[in-house]
Amino acid sequence: MTEFLLGAAAFVLGTVALGLVRLLRGPGHADRMLAAQLLGTGGVAALLLLGVATGVGAIAEVALLLALLAAFASVAFVSGVHRPEGSGTTSGTAPSAASSQNENKRDSK
Amino acid sequence: MTRYPVMTSALVVDAALVLLVLGLALWVTSTRAAYSAVVGFVAYGLLMAIVWVRLAAVDVAMTEAALGTGLTGLLLLGAAARLAPYEAAEVNGRPGRWLRLLIGLLCAAIALGLAAVVLMLPDPAPTLAPLVAENLPPTGVGNPVTGVLLAHRAIDTLLESVVLVPALIGVWSVAADPAWGGRPGSLPRPRSSSALTLLAQVLPPFGILIGIHLVWNGADDPGGKFQGATVLAAMWILVLIAGLREPPAVRDRRLRVLLVIGALVFIGIGVAGIWLADAFLAYPEGYAKPLILAIEAVLTLSIAATLGLLLAGPPASDHPSGGLYESKKSG
Amino acid sequence: MNLALDLLTIVAVSLGALFFLAGTVGLLRFPDTLTRLHALTKADNLGLGLVVLGLLPQVSAPLAALGLIAVWLLAMLSGATVGQLLAGAARPPDPDRAEMPARDAVSSHD
Repeated sequence: MTEFLLGAAAFVLGTVALGLVRLLRGPGHADRMLAAQLLGTGGVAALLLLGVATGVGAIAEVALLLALLAAFASVAFVSGVHRPEGSGTTSGTAPSAASSQNENKRDSK
Repeated sequence: MTRYPVMTSALVVDAALVLLVLGLALWVTSTRAAYSAVVGFVAYGLLMAIVWVRLAAVDVAMTEAALGTGLTGLLLLGAAARLAPYEAAEVNGRPGRWLRLLIGLLCAAIALGLAAVVLMLPDPAPTLAPLVAENLPPTGVGNPVTGVLLAHRAIDTLLESVVLVPALIGVWSVAADPAWGGRPGSLPRPRSSSALTLLAQVLPPFGILIGIHLVWNGADDPGGKFQGATVLAAMWILVLIAGLREPPAVRDRRLRVLLVIGALVFIGIGVAGIWLADAFLAYPEGYAKPLILAIEAVLTLSIAATLGLLLAGPPASDHPSGGLYESKKSG
Repeated sequence: MNLALDLLTIVAVSLGALFFLAGTVGLLRFPDTLTRLHALTKADNLGLGLVVLGLLPQVSAPLAALGLIAVWLLAMLSGATVGQLLAGAARPPDPDRAEMPARDAVSSHD
C-alpha cells in the first residue's frame, strides 16, 4: 500500500507540474494564477498521500497550512487587477494590459 | 532523513522535484513581466515547501508554506501592481552589453563559490545534532527545533524577534508627515465582492485555531510561534483586505504595547535568569517548559501584530478609502 | 475487511489522481480562462476529495482522519472563493455590473 500511495503522490505532483506550462504560456495573468492554484491543490494532495505513506503526521499539517492559505495569492492578485473606483476605467486594467502587451512584444521577437 | 520503504520511486520524485524547482527558478528570473514572475514565485514557494518535506525539515516546510504562499505573495503582488506603470520603461531600458556580461560573470562566480563550499564540506558533515538530542530532556520540550531556538540558542531567537520591530519602524518612517499617526494604507482594496467577504468571515476562525494549534504543538512536534504567528497575521490581513475592519491607527498606544510586549517578556525572563539560574536567558531548573510556553505565547501575539502591520504598510491617512492607489496619486 | 478497505483506497485515490490529470489537461487544452477555471475547480474539489476519501481507511487515529477532512473542507472553501475571484478578474470590465463583479460567475463553477 505504501508503494501505491507514494506512486500516486508522484503521479499527482507530476500531473499538476505539467500544468505549469500554462504558467509559461499565459496568455492572461488569470491563466497563470490558475496554474499556481492547481499546483497548490495538487501539492496538498501529494503531501497528504506522502504523509500517510511515510507515517509522518506532521506532513499533513503542512498540507493543512497550504490549504488554509491557498486563496491568499489569488485574493492579492485580484486586488491588484481591480482598481478601486475613482482611478478611471482606462487605468483600471493597467497592470494586466500593459504587461501582457510587453509579453506579446517579447514573444513576437 | 526519514527512511522510505521504496527508495526508487522516492528517488524519481526527488529528481523530478529538483528539475522542476530549477526550471521554475530560471523562468522566474528570466521572465520580464513582474506579475508573471510573482505568480511563478508563488508556485516556486509551493514546490519549496514540498522539497523541505522531502528533506525531512517539516518545520521549515511549514514556514515556507505559511510565508511563501501567503504573505510573500501578497507583498510581491502589491509591489508588482505598484510598479506596473513604470514597467514598460524598465523593459525598454536594458543595461548595456558589458554590464550584462559583468553581472553574468559575478553571478556565475557566486554560484561556483557556493557549489565549491558545498562540495568541500567534510564527510560526515559537522553537526551539533547529537549534542542537542542529549541536552533536550532538561528543557522539557520534545521538538528539537523549538529546544534549540528557545533554550540553547535563545539569544538568536530574542534578536530575531526584536529585529521585526525596527523593520516596522523602518516601514513607518517612510510615511508622509501629515499622515503620521494615522492608519496604514498600503493594503490592496478590491471592489467589494461577496466571495471575498464570505472568505474573510469563514476562514479566520479556522485560521486562528490552526495558528494556536501550531504554537501549542510546536513544543513537541513541528510548528512553533513563527508559523503560528504568520497564520494569525494572514487571517488579520484577510479581514483587512475584505474591508470588514480598518487597520488600527499607528498612534494607538495599545497597539504599540502589543508590538513590543513579546520582546519585553522575553528580555524580562532572560534578565531574571541572571539571578534565578546564573545566566542571562537561562531558565531555572524545572521551570524551563512553562517559561518557554509563556514566551512563545506572548511572542506569537507580538510577531503576528508586527507581520500584519508590516504588510499593511506605512500610515497613509485617516481616510483609507483610496488605499494603495490613492496614496500613489497624492505622492 | 482489510482487503476491502485497501481496495477502496486504491480505487478512490486512483480516481482522484485521474481528476487531477483531467484538471491539468483541461487547464492546458481548454480555449479560454473561464473554461480552464471550470477544469481547475473539478480537480480542486473532486480530485482532492477522492484522495482524502481514499486515505481515510489508512489512518488509524480518528484525529488524523479529522485533519484530512479539514484539509479537504478548507481546500473547497478556498477553491470556491478563488473560482469566484478569478472569474471576476478574467471577465473584461463591464461598467453595468461594476457593483458586483463576481456575481454571474457562479454558474461557471461548482
